[in-house]
Amino acid sequence: MGGPRVSIQTADFDVAAELEALRRHDHRVGAVCSFVGTVRKANEGNNGPQVLSMELEHYPGMTEKAIEAMIDEAQRRFDIFAARVVHRVGLLLPGDQIVLAAVTSSHRGQSFQACEFLMDYLKTQAPFWKKERTPQGEQWVDARVSDDAALARWGIRAGNAG
Amino acid sequence: MKKVQLRYFASVRESMGRGGEERQTAAESLVALRDELIALGEPYAQALGAGKAVRMALDQVMADGDAPLREGAEVAFFPPVTGG
Repeated sequence: MGGPRVSIQTADFDVAAELEALRRHDHRVGAVCSFVGTVRKANEGNNGPQVLSMELEHYPGMTEKAIEAMIDEAQRRFDIFAARVVHRVGLLLPGDQIVLAAVTSSHRGQSFQACEFLMDYLKTQAPFWKKERTPQGEQWVDARVSDDAALARWGIRAGNAG
Repeated sequence: MKKVQLRYFASVRESMGRGGEERQTAAESLVALRDELIALGEPYAQALGAGKAVRMALDQVMADGDAPLREGAEVAFFPPVTGG
């Protein structure tokens, strides 16, 4: 409570400490739902090229504003108490944590939904770009139409990949 | 004419060879500005040209091509986002 809702950082994050800070002092909370995204070793199933490392670029200023607005929208749509998003940028390796989205509520339903909503929103509307380094060279990761479809389920048109 | 701050990210930044610049423009909308830049030739045509999936932000908010431009605006061009 009272801490920042959004952090963009090169440093790793401690999931347990983040969840503790989000819920500890609010005894209305009966449910904490979180999502952690991590770097895969092979992007396209297991048939794609091996990912040696990933470089994450973002748009400083806009990134924070965009995610703050997403949390505001989640607060309007769902009966939740607090939400937190931590997203790393810079050089990451397979197995590294990329993103944390965490939400608290009285009962599980609202925090499950709000957490998924936040991630669907973030995937298509927050200005981050991933570049993978593989044995065949470097390539920017393509946006997925399925991510636009995921946001459409919430009644929001993404228009990112498509 | 109005002065605008241009920002480039990811593959657009690489094609442009820089992260941004200040420009004078008579364009009234984002899409008109993009067309004006493409008409300058390289590297704009390669970075922003037709067939390229380019997304835009106006003053750090995602925007459509018909969003109106004003003096001092910050306009960003970038490929579809891939965070999370």
